[in-house]
Amino acid sequence: MNINSSATLERVYDLRQRKILSKIIDKDTTISLEGRDPLENTMVLNMGPQHPATHGVLRVLLRLDGETVERCVPELGYLHRGYEKLGENISFHEFLPHTDRLDYLSPLSNNVGYALAVEKAAGIETPERAVWIRTLISELARISSHLMAMGAMAMDVGAVTMLLWTFREREKLYDIFEKICGARFTTSYTRIGGVANDFTPDVLPMIRKFIEEFPANLRDFEGLINRNRIFVERVSGIGVITGPEAIALGLTGACLRGSGIPHDLRRDEPYLMYDQLDFDVITYSDGDCLSRYLTRGDEMKESVKIVNQLLAKIPTGPTLADDAKNVLPGKTEIYTKMEELIHDFMLINFGVQPEPGEIYSAIEAPKGELGFYIVSDGTGHAWRMKIRSPSFCNLQALTPMCEGSMISDVVAIIGSIDPVMGEADK
Amino acid sequence: MTLAERLERIKGIVLPTLTEHFGEGTLSHAEHRGELSISVPRERLVELVRYLRDEPTLAFTMLKDLCAVDWNRRKERFELIYNLWSLDNSVRLRVKCFTEEKAPHVDSLTGLFTAANWYERETYDMHGIIFDGHPDLRRMYMPEDFVDPNSGEPLYPLRKEFPMMGVPGSMPLPERN
Repeated sequence: MNINSSATLERVYDLRQRKILSKIIDKDTTISLEGRDPLENTMVLNMGPQHPATHGVLRVLLRLDGETVERCVPELGYLHRGYEKLGENISFHEFLPHTDRLDYLSPLSNNVGYALAVEKAAGIETPERAVWIRTLISELARISSHLMAMGAMAMDVGAVTMLLWTFREREKLYDIFEKICGARFTTSYTRIGGVANDFTPDVLPMIRKFIEEFPANLRDFEGLINRNRIFVERVSGIGVITGPEAIALGLTGACLRGSGIPHDLRRDEPYLMYDQLDFDVITYSDGDCLSRYLTRGDEMKESVKIVNQLLAKIPTGPTLADDAKNVLPGKTEIYTKMEELIHDFMLINFGVQPEPGEIYSAIEAPKGELGFYIVSDGTGHAWRMKIRSPSFCNLQALTPMCEGSMISDVVAIIGSIDPVMGEADK
Repeated sequence: MTLAERLERIKGIVLPTLTEHFGEGTLSHAEHRGELSISVPRERLVELVRYLRDEPTLAFTMLKDLCAVDWNRRKERFELIYNLWSLDNSVRLRVKCFTEEKAPHVDSLTGLFTAANWYERETYDMHGIIFDGHPDLRRMYMPEDFVDPNSGEPLYPLRKEFPMMGVPGSMPLPERN
């Protein structure tokens, strides 16, 4: 073969162009090429909805100039199940299991948020022990959700060990959840007026043991990665969102506090027992991916602090309100007492009937502010049930965070926002 | 803080300033379970929200949520609810306005809050409210061609006439092998 004649500059250039073309034209990539040279044009890359780093079925369309993201358009709706429509058509009791499927990484705190909203609408008082249990499980759910967020974000940028370690801890929490309510994932633990059942005697020792061991494990995670130069330089300075921008975007949770705004509903609009507990609102001021990551890590320490305070003051008493018109009676009572049977029949068929009016009740869920806006017309189901889901609002920040950054940063940014599509798509 | 105390607190912060600035009669307020809602004619919505945001003593700088309610039998069928939060005062306020059925238009708040972008898209998707001045009013969750197969009219799932079961033929289903 005559090398001299084949290896002209033109031919090599031509071959390289064709290779680049065949590389970027594959079945999973949608590209648009205008003109001859793909490197001189912008490229449209379709990321998702089935992409491992998008935490579910998020689809992001990116227009790239080389490796720089020029434009980022998130597309939602691949997990839209119409929960707001369902909420208008089924009774308040029936809707409770659906709240598990909103933010499926912290179902316990969704249950609490929903139960608080219905109780506010119907004016139901919860007994002291139920409030205590709800506060406790909300914090455990926060730890479990933040563990997942930390591990997944670290994995997205290449530190796979972290995910395995955080999953190990999360597994222990799921064992506790299983002991509390019989389910690991879709808990449906709260009831309107209280919680489904009291803790069994072996739950508190399990929680105590977990909380005792957890700080040391958390230190291990932080030792593994927080001072790791590869990780820190990879995630610091990317996806920056300033404080004023974060406020205008309506961000909540770690995304807002990572930008230096100390806003936490547990302190600013106390619900449950949070006004009697001592904890700090964690903020980091850089507003980048590392800040959001560190915020979550420190929030877990605060949660441990809260759980320890809660474990020190255990109230006794009933876990379900004594309010026959609104609260489902226990199975034994239904089978043995006529009165309870009638109440159960009425509640199942007609449901809780809050007086006409509208309420908005929000909790500080692990991802941010989870709010339920319920408009009641006095019947057994809501006239309008709006779910203010933190992931939906936080995802809106993806566009300003991604534009101008590199394509490899997109997965780290998504990981640092920590969206759950079940909640964002409702 | 009980609900009644919260209500007194927010009323003390919001109502005197608003009455002073907008005068008597323009705004009306309602309270339920310790929450305050202010109704405004929709022509003055943007003006009111801008005032609530920029007035230093109020500082409602966060738009937490936005949604519509379909009151299907009223003449002014759609009610829009804006959920504002003041970081400085730690209080929540609802601002409401109505829009009619035939041409449900309302001014967009995207000029005041970047957050309004997606919220308004969601409300447009679910109720078909047109937000005048929105830069990118597309559907949020449903496909862009979500229309009634018979009439060709766009469908809005959270309107009360939309059936719980969905409309047959409005969504493409996977083909049977």
